[in-house]
Amino acid sequence: MMSHAAYVFASYAVAAVTVVGLVFWVIGDGRARQRELKELEAAGIRRRSAEASGGAGR
Amino acid sequence: MSENSLAIRKFSDLANPTRFLALADRVLPWFAACTVLFFAAGVWLSFTTEGDYQQGETVRIMYVHVPAAWLSMMCYTVMAISALGTLVWRHPLADVSAKAAAPIGACFTFLALVTGSLWGKPMWGAWWVWDARLTSVFVLFLMYLGLIALNRAMDDPARSARVSAVLVLVGFVNIPIIKFSVEWWNTLHQPASVLRLDGPTIDPEFLWPLLTMAVAFTLLFFTLHIAAMRNEIWRRRVTSLRRQAVRNAGREAQAL
Repeated sequence: MMSHAAYVFASYAVAAVTVVGLVFWVIGDGRARQRELKELEAAGIRRRSAEASGGAGR
Repeated sequence: MSENSLAIRKFSDLANPTRFLALADRVLPWFAACTVLFFAAGVWLSFTTEGDYQQGETVRIMYVHVPAAWLSMMCYTVMAISALGTLVWRHPLADVSAKAAAPIGACFTFLALVTGSLWGKPMWGAWWVWDARLTSVFVLFLMYLGLIALNRAMDDPARSARVSAVLVLVGFVNIPIIKFSVEWWNTLHQPASVLRLDGPTIDPEFLWPLLTMAVAFTLLFFTLHIAAMRNEIWRRRVTSLRRQAVRNAGREAQAL
């Protein structure tokens, strides 16, 4: 049987891994989308509204 | 202009994704910094306060288990409000909000289930029992996974928005069931000791680290939710720009 401290340690370890994983997933997803937007812009494809006034949505 | 209409205009300004992106850029660093501070304080309090006279060290599992469980329900509530926003007010960011929240909610629910299991083994002598509280939270986890799968399966956000909004609202019945399951049925899980009508019955020694961690988890949720909403807006822009590029290419081919 595990000691009580081991259960506490395991809980905090699982929490840390889950939270850090989620944070990195969100950051990575954002970076990938930014890269795609930059590529599209470099290819000369722009949102019609972005050229005029800084944007009226999608 | 009256104060009321100014407030309404502020809210509808938020409906503009470009304004939302600008606002997100401004608030995210502050939210992230506050999250880190509260987690530092919360973890420090969690390990410096005394253990319980009966549970010993394992009481410290509560400081991650309970906030994760609260947030798993709050996240679903945010999704249900967003679903109303999609169906009733047709708020353009409502569907973005519901979609961005689902994976975050799934992670918090997963955390509540795993830490609960790790607490149950030493205290109840079982990793898992199919009682009302545990089963209803497991159902919540499955609902999050189902909604994520549904959102991924449909390409067109305009079409999937209404379907997933209806499903989110139907699934909201589960939230009061989770909350009151410990009172309606005879379960192994203990009843509420913090969010009670007659005030918390928990010792202040445990209440402080618990509340600090709860604030930290809540801040974490909002930081991630705003960032994930920003990602979702970017994702939709990429999709619509690609479509536009294909249309342009088609038009040029016809002109030739």
